[in-house]
Amino acid sequence: MTSYIIRRLLSLIPTLFGVSIIVFLFLRMIPGDPALALGGEHATEATVERIREEFGLNKPLPQQYITYMGKVLRGDLGRSILSKRPIADEIRARFPATLELSVCALIVALVVGLPAGIISATKRNSPIDNIAMVGSLLGISMPIFWLGLMLNWFFAVQLGWLPSVTRLDASIDLQRITNLIIVDSILTGNAEALLNGIKHLILPSIALSTISMAIIARMTRSAMLEVLEQDYIRTARAKGLIERVVTVRHALKNALLPVITVLGLQVGVLLSGAVLTETIFAWPGIGRWLYLSILSRDYPIVQGMALFITALFLVVNLLVDVSYALVDPRIRYE
Amino acid sequence: MTLSSEALEGWQALEYAPRRERGLVRDALRRVWGNRGAKAGLAIVLFFIIVGYVIAPLFFPYNPRTDRDLSGRLGPPTREHPFGTDELGRDVLTRIAHGTRISFTVGLFAVVFASTVGTVLGLTSGYLGGSLETVVMRSMDVVLAFPALLLAIAIVAMRGPGLNNTMFALGITYIPIYARLARSSVMGIKELDYITAATAVGVPSPRILVRHVLPNALSPLIVQFTLMIATAIIETAALGFLGLGAQPPSPEWGAMLSNGYKFLTVGAWWALLFPGLAIIFVVTGFNLVGDGLRDALDPRLRRVGG
Repeated sequence: MTSYIIRRLLSLIPTLFGVSIIVFLFLRMIPGDPALALGGEHATEATVERIREEFGLNKPLPQQYITYMGKVLRGDLGRSILSKRPIADEIRARFPATLELSVCALIVALVVGLPAGIISATKRNSPIDNIAMVGSLLGISMPIFWLGLMLNWFFAVQLGWLPSVTRLDASIDLQRITNLIIVDSILTGNAEALLNGIKHLILPSIALSTISMAIIARMTRSAMLEVLEQDYIRTARAKGLIERVVTVRHALKNALLPVITVLGLQVGVLLSGAVLTETIFAWPGIGRWLYLSILSRDYPIVQGMALFITALFLVVNLLVDVSYALVDPRIRYE
Repeated sequence: MTLSSEALEGWQALEYAPRRERGLVRDALRRVWGNRGAKAGLAIVLFFIIVGYVIAPLFFPYNPRTDRDLSGRLGPPTREHPFGTDELGRDVLTRIAHGTRISFTVGLFAVVFASTVGTVLGLTSGYLGGSLETVVMRSMDVVLAFPALLLAIAIVAMRGPGLNNTMFALGITYIPIYARLARSSVMGIKELDYITAATAVGVPSPRILVRHVLPNALSPLIVQFTLMIATAIIETAALGFLGLGAQPPSPEWGAMLSNGYKFLTVGAWWALLFPGLAIIFVVTGFNLVGDGLRDALDPRLRRVGG
């Protein structure tokens, strides 16, 4: 198993190189000269030339790429063209916000979606099944930004129960260690920040969770239905096991593989959703930041983030494959 | 044991009776018709088609540039304006009805583009195999690794905001899904005896692909086509909401939402609620049809993506 994981990690390297080349070329294909954009309307030829010099934009493409990758390998993703701040620092500051939001959304999705799928499958065609399936159909059919706006308006603006924007009230002082608000407030024993942070997380997490929740519920249901037809389920029932044990120990455990696969695919869903959710709730994460960077043609940020997201995606894929072996003893990696 | 000549004749008649040819489309339609959810979905989609393409242009002609009534701005739902009016006094219901055409057009074109390109790539690379397959499928994997909406944003940013570029961008992000689906269907089919037979008698590859492989690989592609229109409509609205899709004063639903949001603080909930409901209904309709088609055409196929 360990050697399998090491081998898989090593195989990530060529993939990431491939992605870096594709992203690099893709960004150079975009019409419009960043040096011109940066210099502004009234920039003289000399100024534009100086900017090209500064960012190495006047060098041949292969050379630009090699210089760039050399820095990336040393942990330097370059600097933002607009803010001039190091991109690695920006990712370190912003990614925890997106991570915290996505993990909370995934927890909400699992806590609701998994039981909904199980109950739907065991009580097939019952009113509960119908409600759960109509609910999950609406979940995949609802624009999450619309849901976010409605939740924000109703619970934050109309009722005033929950805060509507940002991660933490400005009045609350929290010492940042990991930049995950919940973790930091527990580490520093700051109950006020913990409560406030959780309140801020509720609405965006719900909005972001709906698609994943619906997909998990549908997948769990169909996987469970398939497993419940199997002979060993009939055997388990025949030997007198109570239904709950049959469902959880015998059926669910075998139905989990496709559910885990679907969980792995949620990285993309959550990151796409984060762009919209972070926009609505003024959440200082990477989704909104990347979106704005794309619009302002801040190449180095887009380039660095593309590599970062691909690496994230590949690592999650690896985790999914490893967890197959943990759930299903028939799967072994040599 | 011998068979009576009568029984033998009956058996032969049974075996060789010309079966009525229904054709793929009619067969699929008949089976979908037996599905309650699909019928409901079809009814929803048809309702919006009638409202958007017949009723709205005939009975409620509308010009997004000139139609405004500043004296009746941000009015709540009344008998005259059942869905209220927006910040320029425009009737929200009329705008939603006319916006239907935008959502349907963008959804359809994006998916037609993606399914054509994706199917050709998947079919040929899957059938021919070799290094072509490796190159095509690996590049599809790279595109898939990137979150779809972010990729679409990048493409629109590159080509400039607007509906045409929205269609193009969404189409590009959906190509890999089709390519993989088409390839996986082909992988199973190309090993079958009738393909070997066709190859053996010298039918050229392109003809085998079009006449023998494609018709048998079509079911999952049709299902995906319908489900993908649903996704495309939501994502068109998302890009419109972010200001990258349709530009004002176009009555595109996502653009209406981003506009309506600004007036929520003054209590104009109707400008936000109703365009959202329109999206939910249409998308639910397409999803229901897609689910029904999948049950009818291919029960083994399960929906994995969003």
